[in-house]
Amino acid sequence: MTEATLVDRVICAAAQAWQDDGEVLATGIGIVPRLAASLCMASINRDLMMTDSEAFMVREPVPVGPRGDYRARRESAMGFARIFDNVWGGKRHAMVGPTQVDRWGQANISMIGDDYARPKVMMLGVRGFPGNSISHANSFFVPQHSPKVFVAGEVDMVASVGYRPERLARGWSLDEIDIRYIFSNLAVLDFGGPNHQVRLVAVHPGVTPQQVQDATGFPLHIPGAVAVTPAPTPAQLALLERFDPHHLRVGALGG
Amino acid sequence: MADKRMTSADVVAQLREGMTIGIGGWGPRRKPMALVREILRSPLKEITVVAYGGADVGMLCAAGKVKKLVFAFVSLDFIPLEPYFRAARQRGAIETMEIDEGMLLLGLKAAGMRVPFIPTRVGLGTDVLKVNPGIKLVDSPYDARQWVAMPALPLDAALVHVDRADARGVCQVKGPDLYMDDLFVRAAEKTYVSCDELVDGSVFEEGEEARYVHWDRADTSGVVHAPCGAHPSSCAPLYGFDVGHFKEYAAGAREPDGWQRYFERYVACTEQEYLARVGGEAAVRALPLPVF
Repeated sequence: MTEATLVDRVICAAAQAWQDDGEVLATGIGIVPRLAASLCMASINRDLMMTDSEAFMVREPVPVGPRGDYRARRESAMGFARIFDNVWGGKRHAMVGPTQVDRWGQANISMIGDDYARPKVMMLGVRGFPGNSISHANSFFVPQHSPKVFVAGEVDMVASVGYRPERLARGWSLDEIDIRYIFSNLAVLDFGGPNHQVRLVAVHPGVTPQQVQDATGFPLHIPGAVAVTPAPTPAQLALLERFDPHHLRVGALGG
Repeated sequence: MADKRMTSADVVAQLREGMTIGIGGWGPRRKPMALVREILRSPLKEITVVAYGGADVGMLCAAGKVKKLVFAFVSLDFIPLEPYFRAARQRGAIETMEIDEGMLLLGLKAAGMRVPFIPTRVGLGTDVLKVNPGIKLVDSPYDARQWVAMPALPLDAALVHVDRADARGVCQVKGPDLYMDDLFVRAAEKTYVSCDELVDGSVFEEGEEARYVHWDRADTSGVVHAPCGAHPSSCAPLYGFDVGHFKEYAAGAREPDGWQRYFERYVACTEQEYLARVGGEAAVRALPLPVF
């Protein structure tokens, strides 16, 4: 399968992530999550809310890249302070791209290394991950599935909370945590195994469950039957063309 | 009647070693860069910086001004990793208080409200609590749960950039996002504002102009007229951020003398010379607003 075909397939799979969410803010950070949210809002869950990725809510998804004559169909203001009002109210499902993810679903975009005072690689900082992860649903997109991302131990800096009971404060339970899906260049996974173990849901064509396990630093729950990620439909491809007219998604899986 | 006009040098003369200084804006957006450049020109050092960080933080780190940084991220967005901040962290050169973006909001809000903390769920279960042992969990008087007590982040001074201001400190921001500037202002003992346009107060009487004034003039201590004073960050709707300038700045970080060369060309000069070196006021005002 060519990379271009694969990225379209991953976007269309990821578009299902919000299908049962009702009227929530769908935030996709990065081109694949954003296009997935756009497809979902345009065809699967039309009650979703999205922003123009700047400061307004829009009544239909905004195409990525230069817009030509297209004018964003603004619905309301949505500056950063108001985003936090939404986040803390819980009516949001974000799809984000962490640098590390561990078996508990804890994720990291802050720093790499074992000395916090002197990181081997300093990245962004924890950004909004702590607040997102304790407030609303989250899914992950990982362009290059490998044990460097899906680490064997704990992530180097726990920026978002996962299914790890010993980290809970008194009075809190794992029911407060809602990590939905992981979409990678190899597979679709969720946290539906025993005790929230990461479970293989589907593999992309030509990928075996063993290859996914080999590229993951912790044991996966692999059911007897694993689906194959479906190909995009002509209607989905037409929507992708509408929301990504400049084909900025090409190369989004890196490699 | 108070006349709060002053120069950038007057502002920096008010700042002292050891102070906690908040900087408004967000990443590459509406940063008070003319005031930051004036700090870079001065002997001021050992400051604690509180910011949604962009090149303001990167430059202050590169120049060795920062003792401690209170932050959730430092990024130029289209260049995700701020190179000089990154280098400072990897050298172990700065102390940090790394917190969630919303925790930073709450800390400023608490300081403005003059309360010691605001309870929140944000941070629970994460290493934010591990690397900041000073952030405590508290029992609730109303339920059986523990909550994060986000401490107030009082500022000795806040620096922000606005579109327009008058001599009394009435400040106007017409961009679609105020970021957290109003919270920085209210958290601060003193707030120094740079403005693209210095106007007569009668301007705010017209039409809906007063609706774009987001804090009280009593919270503005000084007003500096600095045309294009947010450059190379944006000041929507007046101008976008300067992609080419940021690329040149970031590329320099890969050279051993990159910061020194940037400093000599863009800092070791007057603001008038700076504006000329980046193409002039007309060129800055023609910078397109970003499209995402």
